[in-house]
Amino acid sequence: MASSDTAGQQHPLGIYYQIWILLFVVSAFSYAVDYFDVQGAMRWTLVIVFMLVKAGFIIAIFMHAFWERLALCLTILGPPGVLLLLIGFMAVEGNYTEGARFEYMGHDPDKVALTPAEYHASLSEDHGEGGAAAEAH
Amino acid sequence: MSEAAATSVAPADGVSGLVDDWTADKQAYHVPWGKAMMWIFLVSDTFIFTCFLTGYLNVRMTTTEPWPPQSEIFALSFGGSEPIPLILIAIMTFVLITSSGTMALAVNYGYRRNKTKTIWLIIATALFGATFVGMQAYEWSKLILEEGVRPWGNPFGAPQFGSVFFMVTGFHGLHVSAGVIYLLWVARRIWAGYYDKKGFEIVEIAGLYWHFVDLVWVFIFAFFYLL
Repeated sequence: MASSDTAGQQHPLGIYYQIWILLFVVSAFSYAVDYFDVQGAMRWTLVIVFMLVKAGFIIAIFMHAFWERLALCLTILGPPGVLLLLIGFMAVEGNYTEGARFEYMGHDPDKVALTPAEYHASLSEDHGEGGAAAEAH
Repeated sequence: MSEAAATSVAPADGVSGLVDDWTADKQAYHVPWGKAMMWIFLVSDTFIFTCFLTGYLNVRMTTTEPWPPQSEIFALSFGGSEPIPLILIAIMTFVLITSSGTMALAVNYGYRRNKTKTIWLIIATALFGATFVGMQAYEWSKLILEEGVRPWGNPFGAPQFGSVFFMVTGFHGLHVSAGVIYLLWVARRIWAGYYDKKGFEIVEIAGLYWHFVDLVWVFIFAFFYLL
């Protein structure tokens, strides 16, 4: 088993199998959120919770952060933590910009995106315009 | 810890103290240097990907055009069936998780000095990674050729959709491709006996990079494809 000269991370295999299965199951849950078309606040909550669970287990177990010393953990996780500030500021700023554009530039806030099905249907109506090539210029 | 007890002279204060603290023979991280350097590289890479995703957050919030429906754009039908929403991305996610699992096992067998299993598990990881890149190439060509998505526009809605898609998934795909090459190189050196005396920390270091690539995909999957 573990030779004494290795300072590395040596753990029972079982934990890797458990986390592996867990990642599969949680990924399936994330996909199910989309497949069953969950919308609104529930969608955001579920997707972000599943994302954080997966990220946490990958960092903690697969990348061994759980067993590393505090000095290394803080070096790894501290600086990215500051990025939350950037994300927060950009969200506030983005929210303001969007509001200003709707307010002063006359955009329609209720406009709906085209789906691929609608797009391809519209292409076959006025044939002659060749699909992607029409969009390329 | 024990370094402080061994020092007989009191440490200097102020700027010279700062210089002393950072230049004296002290060890902050009790891990192989290669592993510490890989972690620091990964922290810097985290900043790059966070900048991309934060930029995405900002354009997604500020654009007044509706955001294209990802679930339907990335749907796929098999043999003329009804399109299954987001199925290609789901399969890519599972492929990448599988590769992360084989990599974790490779690290473990590396420390057990089971070279044969380590090499084959690394090769399996690289193959799953190559599969992922292949599926991504298919996804890109489908979006470019069939759906007419460009970095500057697309038929469905906000033009930023294309720029974010190509930028973020392209950069991630480059990381996966580089990882495949890196893993095969490590496997070859293990096979050649290069690490027999040095020890097999290299597998864990390569593993850190590979798990990081999987980790980034977790965030891209959530923010770009699901939300």
